[in-house]
Amino acid sequence: MTTSLRFRAAIVSVALFLAFIGIWHLATRGTASVATMSPEYAKLMGATATEGKSAMPGPSEVGAKLWEHLKRPFYDNGPNDKGLGIQLGYSIARVGLGYLLAVMVAIPLGFLIGMSPLISKALDPFIQVLKPISPLAWMPLALYTIKDSGISAIFVIFICSVWPMLLNTAFGVASVRKEWINVARTLEVGTLRRAFTVILPAAAPTILTGMRISIGIAWLVIVAAEMLVGGTGIGYFVWNEWNNLSITNVIIAILLIGIVGMLLDQVLARFTRMVTFPE
Amino acid sequence: MFTIARPHKKGGWAMNSWERAGFRPSAVHRGVKMSTFDDPFDSSCELSRFGCVCGQHRSSAEHDHAERALRCDQVQSQAESLEKRYEGVVASALMRAMFPKEAARRAFLKSVGASTALAALSQFFPLQTATDVFAEAGTPEKKDLKVGFIPITCATPIIMAAPLGFYAKHGLNVDVVKTAGWAVIRDKTINKEYDASHMLAPMPIAITLGLGAQPIPFAVPAIENINGQGITLAVKHKDKRDPNDWKGMKFAIPFDYSMHNYLLRYYLAEHGLDPDTDVQLRSVPPPEMVANLRADNIDGFLAPDNICQRAIYDGVGFMHILSKEIWDGHPCCSFAASREFITGSPNSFAALTRAIVDATAYASKAENRKQIAEAIAPANYINAPVTVLEQVLTGTYADGLGGVKTDAKRVDFDPFPWQSFAVWMLTQMKRWGQIKGDVDYKQVAEQVYLATDTHKVMAEMGLAPPETSYKSFSVMGKTFDPAKPEDYLASFKIRKVT
Repeated sequence: MTTSLRFRAAIVSVALFLAFIGIWHLATRGTASVATMSPEYAKLMGATATEGKSAMPGPSEVGAKLWEHLKRPFYDNGPNDKGLGIQLGYSIARVGLGYLLAVMVAIPLGFLIGMSPLISKALDPFIQVLKPISPLAWMPLALYTIKDSGISAIFVIFICSVWPMLLNTAFGVASVRKEWINVARTLEVGTLRRAFTVILPAAAPTILTGMRISIGIAWLVIVAAEMLVGGTGIGYFVWNEWNNLSITNVIIAILLIGIVGMLLDQVLARFTRMVTFPE
Repeated sequence: MFTIARPHKKGGWAMNSWERAGFRPSAVHRGVKMSTFDDPFDSSCELSRFGCVCGQHRSSAEHDHAERALRCDQVQSQAESLEKRYEGVVASALMRAMFPKEAARRAFLKSVGASTALAALSQFFPLQTATDVFAEAGTPEKKDLKVGFIPITCATPIIMAAPLGFYAKHGLNVDVVKTAGWAVIRDKTINKEYDASHMLAPMPIAITLGLGAQPIPFAVPAIENINGQGITLAVKHKDKRDPNDWKGMKFAIPFDYSMHNYLLRYYLAEHGLDPDTDVQLRSVPPPEMVANLRADNIDGFLAPDNICQRAIYDGVGFMHILSKEIWDGHPCCSFAASREFITGSPNSFAALTRAIVDATAYASKAENRKQIAEAIAPANYINAPVTVLEQVLTGTYADGLGGVKTDAKRVDFDPFPWQSFAVWMLTQMKRWGQIKGDVDYKQVAEQVYLATDTHKVMAEMGLAPPETSYKSFSVMGKTFDPAKPEDYLASFKIRKVT
């Protein structure tokens, strides 16, 4: 039953994909009417104006270009033109660094908030105000105070991924079943030991869910942040190709951003499954 | 290409640090110095060569300039600089006395080295200028530099200097870094991530005055391009060529502190439209302009080129007028650096300025333009189709309405930072409410636009610099007198009421 369900789902997926490609192909194939123009004038104009070609590339163009990129993902033509592999590497490194910093701050702090109702109440107003701020709104402030665009981008990743982790950790720690804590208490387990052997395992699934949400947000934000600060990264690539109005490359970048985002999410999902326990 | 020997290598720039410290030798004396007061210890230069490239400085205009310089000079500084010059003369005379034959002098200097020669001479004569004269000629304090740019053809000299080797020629290893927008390039230059960068001509003035940023003294040693912008309208407006029909339209400009903003406002106001109330002006980064025009979010823009031509190339817009038709010879973008960098690394800055001036001179020649278009088109630089860049740079372009037009001066390159340009920009900043209250036009212009230094660099490189740093010009037929900015400002009927 499950295999046949999986099989049928796969068929539907493929059919949807083919339908999408087909519609895309048809939609971009048509040529609009073109005003007559002298040959010397036409020589100076782009294909959209001379042949009425759609400004949107078709699937075959995107495929060909994608193949071109995949063939040499690590070329380096100077500071402003690097292969997609290098650009993705930069982005992932930035996300990784900002995210790790966030983990180092959010989890201990979340523990503290979860275990101490006093601190929880005291910090609550700050968290409530800071949490909804769009991470990109921090960018001008970061650039101004940190005075380094690379670190500013990492800071933006940090600030956007810290909140879901913090809140989830606090929530997970606070909602550990009272019975377990009481049992630990009757057995006279020390605070530290209690935190590591009882609370941490019990709260781990919630904490990891928070981490999973965070990595998703961090990956969303890095693209926008890199479009702003430029230099390197997949976000810069999108911006640079947008500059050249090269929709083909932008589509390729979108595709790759999606795939990398999915992979990051899958990694965290696996970790979550590892720490989940049946009650 | 530019093989003219520089008569004095370090002397000029060493002098400059003096000037920056407040000691300003007058231009008259400087003019003389360039011949008689040559560095006598420079083995590459002939002592007997009088009236070389520098001879041209002794003109009446130069005298005017000197007079101005004198007015701001302190008496002491004048004495100071005179003293220095005399010392140079002494050394020069001494060398000549010791080595009447040019070849012998050069051979001597080459074999023992300039510092040994100086040490030997100092035993007989107290030469206090020794350190200045012999400071390692032009060795940059910092060789690996980062220069930011925005991918538009205005940045041509800054960009092309990398692939065509102008930076390397002047002993520098420069990374030109593409940047996302004017605010970012400003912040990155202020943060010292960039040593110098491409900026819109009014930006260094605005930064120095603290408009839209914290005030930090910036300076412009060279203008990048003159002309080279255009008003592009959406194709659907092809019958609305009269600006009087433009009421209610939405226009994009690249930045608030841009020539584009001032030129578009000027143009609209001359046609009786108040740019603040009759139309909408939006600050849009150049790369987004074509997309916005296609999406019908804006009706047109006054934008830097290749953006205008790109809109035509993609069939979404047409060229209404070139910015040249508003003001022929207007500046657009500049090459700017902070005062801190200039005083901190004067030799690097000097080498950078030479490279830029050199590249600008190269770009100003029509026959080089095709090669330049190819050099700056790849993704590492402007990232645009070569056809588009060629049309901009060669001036033979499709106008978007089916015609091919030719205007060799559509964009041109001239490095000289006319201080009158700065004064004009200040009048417009005041006119549109960006500057509130009084401003000392001349002082700001002279602080930010380093005409004297550029003059020197151009002369050293065998180019012909203009004799004054103020010139009058006319914008849409109206003459601007840089000596009377307030009167000029008062003559406009349409302006922002503050």
